[in-house]
Amino acid sequence: MSGPLLEVRDLQMHFPVKEGILLRARQFNRAVDGVSLTIQPGETLGLVGESGCGKSTLGRCITRLYAPTSGSILFDGDDITRLRGRALLPYRQHIQMIFQDPMESLNARHTVAEILEEPFIIHRMGDKVYRAKRVRELLDIVGLPARSASRYPFEFSGGQRQRIGIARAIALNPRLIICDEPVSALDVSIQSQILNLLNDLQREFGLSYLFIAHDLAVVKHISDRVAIMYLGNITEYADSDVIYRQPLHPYTESLISAIPVPDPHQKANRQVLTGDVPSPIDPPSGCHFHPRCPKVMERCRSSSPQLVEVEKGHKSACFLSET
Amino acid sequence: MPLLEVDSLVTEFATDEGPVRAVDGVSFTVDRGETLGIVGESGCGKSVTAHSIMRLLPQPMGQITGGSIRFKDRDLVSLPLEEMQALRGNDIGMVFQEPMTALNPVHTIGKQLTEVMLLHRDISADQAIRDGVEMLARVGIPSPDVRMGEYPHQLSGGMRQRVVIAIALACQPSLLIADEPTTALDVTIQAQILELILELQKDMGMAVILITHDLGVIAETSDNVAVMYAGRLAETGTVFDVFDRPAHPYTRGLLASIPRLETEPKSRLSVIEGMVPGLVDLPTGCRFQNRCPHVRDICGQRAPGIEPVADNHFVSCVRWNEL
Repeated sequence: MSGPLLEVRDLQMHFPVKEGILLRARQFNRAVDGVSLTIQPGETLGLVGESGCGKSTLGRCITRLYAPTSGSILFDGDDITRLRGRALLPYRQHIQMIFQDPMESLNARHTVAEILEEPFIIHRMGDKVYRAKRVRELLDIVGLPARSASRYPFEFSGGQRQRIGIARAIALNPRLIICDEPVSALDVSIQSQILNLLNDLQREFGLSYLFIAHDLAVVKHISDRVAIMYLGNITEYADSDVIYRQPLHPYTESLISAIPVPDPHQKANRQVLTGDVPSPIDPPSGCHFHPRCPKVMERCRSSSPQLVEVEKGHKSACFLSET
Repeated sequence: MPLLEVDSLVTEFATDEGPVRAVDGVSFTVDRGETLGIVGESGCGKSVTAHSIMRLLPQPMGQITGGSIRFKDRDLVSLPLEEMQALRGNDIGMVFQEPMTALNPVHTIGKQLTEVMLLHRDISADQAIRDGVEMLARVGIPSPDVRMGEYPHQLSGGMRQRVVIAIALACQPSLLIADEPTTALDVTIQAQILELILELQKDMGMAVILITHDLGVIAETSDNVAVMYAGRLAETGTVFDVFDRPAHPYTRGLLASIPRLETEPKSRLSVIEGMVPGLVDLPTGCRFQNRCPHVRDICGQRAPGIEPVADNHFVSCVRWNEL
């Protein structure tokens, strides 16, 4: 068996919070604070968490839109953590991204053809004829009519715009796509169309996905494995059906119980978390989840639990799952 | 007699392409103490229905051009503006989707909360402050007396939505209209806010109209459901009728297309093909015909009427009986 396609080791991304007249960084926003994960070829890893947990920052570190503070990112065995400028270009071809709001991530002044040609121009691939042919192929793959090529993004609906974003992401035959909340801005009936498209593309082209979202039901549906993130750390990591059937971490349990179930017979006996997500600038001591945890113990306040493998492929960062 | 009775409501907007019917012949009733969920996708007219009841349509473009809205035996459509103003925020409260835009950023929480009380109730400023603190405590805001002096930006999203709810309920309305009150919030915070609305509803005996695109939220909170599609009602009934025995192909399609926690990971989701028709070029007959798997010639010939499926369960589909 070959190695993982992506391996992230102990990654940290701290943003300085600048204050005072001299704008000195007195504090740091520990958006990603020691995350390790792997993605195998052809696999989807779901990454779930609430706003501000660092899931998008992690995605942007992997695409190297950010330069991480410490730790390492290995793509197909090569360390890309410190690469800069042109040296990154070959990896940019293989690691692409799909964003939440396709209206903001597509250039409003470019036609769809121009948007889809741009990756080929940047990577100096093919001539005009080849590019025009690829644009037609890409539109066909994502299920848009060929006449879309001469239109502008505003002429499309949200779901169609997301298809354009997907076409751009797959243009260079990447191996890994970071999908950052790709369906959360879409209507329910359109959401399922896009999820099916992503699944089809994965099967056809052997793509790997890092699927970032806050909706556990959506993530569970599309992922092979799921990582739950809270305040910059991964708190639980398991196969997607296992995480729903046997969650180990109290945070995962509350996330699952918070999802409104579309069945009026199952009216909630739900466990509602109190309080808000604390700030990653000044996270709580010990286990970051302890102020909201329904099962908090004395030691959770002072020492922080490590992410340990409880069963094969199932990791949890909670003292309760260690015993 | 129901608390609110909306009958054949028609709301039109003047656009460059001529008048557009955002709401076209919508009827429903809400009894005291009960919750009606209005569900539908973007552009289906659910928010316009709410804004029509509140008479908060953008002026001069938006006009109610047909039907009636009877609230406590008064017709809100023809009510003089001053009487309508006396009703808004007093007997009918409203909660909006985005708490940051619903609150005024340059006024303190206390000022915004007491403003509504001083406007509608004959009390002193001191009494309003005392009642305001009590109201904040009631919606679960810690140290309410301190919060009274703070500004909206100093609160988290969930806390801001609690403030908006406190303002909406300050005068003990008999009807609360909540337009996507939890859409901008994280799932764990959404669970807190829904719980809060239901609890206050029980305490104060008010009726609630909850507008959302999330069928899960509807199933957990509502007694009755109205499913809207392209400006019309597709189906109405009790929450059990609509979820257990959906009669309209659109309702069935929606329920089938949501990824659920118990579905097989990576399985194919059933989809509703195509998109919602634009309100400027609506087809004759049924508006769902271009996406309906059961479409026949008759669907394009005449608009379906509202047909009874059972007591209090109505559907707008000519073929529901054969499906």
